[in-house]
Amino acid sequence: MSVGPPPDPKAARAHRGGPVVGYAVEGLRVYGNFFAFCLDALRGLFRRPFQVREFIQQAWFISSVSIMPAALVSIPFGAVIALQLGSLVRQLGAQSFTGAASVLAVIREAGPIVTALIVAGAAGSAICADLGSRKIREELDAMEVLGIDPIQRLVAPRIVASMLVAILLNGLVSVVGVSGGYFFNVVMQGGTPGAYLASFQALGQLPDLISGEIKAAIFGVIAAVVASYKGMTAKGGPKGVGDAVNQSVVITFMLLFAVNFVITAVYFQIVPQKGS
Amino acid sequence: MGVEVRVEGLTKSFGGHPVWADVSLTLPAGEISVLLGPSGTGKSVFLKTLIGLLRPDRGSIWIGDRDLPRLSERDLYEVRRLFGVLFQDGALFGSMNLYDNVAFPLREHTRKSESEVRAIVQEKLDMVGLTGAEDKLPGQISGGMRKRAGLARALVLDPEIVLFDEPDSGLDPVRTAYINQLIIDLNQQTDATFLIVTHDINTARTVPDNIGLLYHKHLAMFGPREMLLSSEEPVVRQFLNALRQGPIGMAEEKDADELEAEAASGVELPPLPPIPPQLQPSDGGQRRAERPAGEWCRDNGVTPPPGSFAGEAVASGRHAADTHDFGRGSVYRSEVGS
Repeated sequence: MSVGPPPDPKAARAHRGGPVVGYAVEGLRVYGNFFAFCLDALRGLFRRPFQVREFIQQAWFISSVSIMPAALVSIPFGAVIALQLGSLVRQLGAQSFTGAASVLAVIREAGPIVTALIVAGAAGSAICADLGSRKIREELDAMEVLGIDPIQRLVAPRIVASMLVAILLNGLVSVVGVSGGYFFNVVMQGGTPGAYLASFQALGQLPDLISGEIKAAIFGVIAAVVASYKGMTAKGGPKGVGDAVNQSVVITFMLLFAVNFVITAVYFQIVPQKGS
Repeated sequence: MGVEVRVEGLTKSFGGHPVWADVSLTLPAGEISVLLGPSGTGKSVFLKTLIGLLRPDRGSIWIGDRDLPRLSERDLYEVRRLFGVLFQDGALFGSMNLYDNVAFPLREHTRKSESEVRAIVQEKLDMVGLTGAEDKLPGQISGGMRKRAGLARALVLDPEIVLFDEPDSGLDPVRTAYINQLIIDLNQQTDATFLIVTHDINTARTVPDNIGLLYHKHLAMFGPREMLLSSEEPVVRQFLNALRQGPIGMAEEKDADELEAEAASGVELPPLPPIPPQLQPSDGGQRRAERPAGEWCRDNGVTPPPGSFAGEAVASGRHAADTHDFGRGSVYRSEVGS
């Protein structure tokens, strides 16, 4: 199934109901197209045969561009939390709870957010640029003419790959982030290793990790879907591909933060928190 | 055997602006047709509409008893198997080498063994003169080679309808001549229905059985080659003879003032040039769709311009046969020799 055209300002101004209605209609058209694309992608996920080779290649590719930056971002993240809390907690005499704070911050929020930023920035931009250049070179048209649905063939494996890598990446970020916090707390600030580890369970609990992984999975899917949609609707030559990549990253970032807020709010409603 | 494509009242617009409206034409089964038009008249859009990549606003495209714009997605993919399309830049998959590109449709749609696939791919690559370049990636070869590889891929499932999107753009005159000869020979071998979108006048004058002209958002004329080449209709005449005098201007169509000024200055249109002989298959045989030179003119009481159809005996096709091998071994040489 081909993807509908992007919004057309010229058509919006020329609309029968005047430019205001025109812009509204064109704007809605974009959401409609994107929604239709999401449905097509969803259907593509369940269509046989699933493109295992493409999936493995993509998963490998996405991990290769995202593991290093994710690790490098999460070390200072854990460290910053340790630094921020260090002096305050010492004044209150609650040093033994630094580990608890670190776990809470990293696993609940930092993990999924860092994962989201890296997946959107590294993986999303790569997916968008790849599909965009294929669109410009008419490869996607050729594929459709040869009787292959590009959504099933190219988009579905990318979505699954992005989701899997995001889940794994979240685990990595959590481990590296908490380790970074440990290092700064124990080695730099002279905290007690035992207290840091023992307080893990004070505020955090297993559902925190599960919710973090679910968030990461959703972020991975959103990044891949937006990037694919933007790539497949790129037009206007090489510059169009550049614009599409730019928009895809910006849109994904905004979506991820909004979705993150919603999921967190829901999470607090359905999972009872410790100490409440 | 080719399939007839019947287009009725096709209209397409982008954002409220019509690209072309009410296009009706029939691509006769097994014949070669050319669609001409000034740049930006939506020739490529027409091609993409014809294979269902774009949905028309109105109108029908009948292929057999199936109306393409109204087919379900599943049926559309089914009907598309009848088509082979050569895109402008070949549209090869950048991540695969030429061999895998050409083998791709076979691996996707047939259950042929790898050795059968190899035989078919070799045959098609040989046909377009690309033997020995199987391992190259699309990025490593010239535009002309990409086009030929794209053609090999388009032909690999033995399509009934072959569409060419500007097969001659960006090619030098010699390569264009080879491609044109190749088109004629392919039509002779496969009897498929061909549609070529181009604005190369030489191609339009010598290759097709039918010519159509898109101009000013409609189909100005569609018919047998001799009908258009002997036509006095201003637009057709201007375009097919690459003149400045006529209704087509630099930007778009000329406005009334300009046309009046042109008429007032008493521009004498040059006489119609002779109709050139049609390109012949290189093995000296006949295409099934081929009609005797001058037949349409005789049947319709039109006197062709003086000097038309001259040099039929030394048809360029036969001459080209001796040298036609794209620099590598070719099937044509052996066919001519036998």
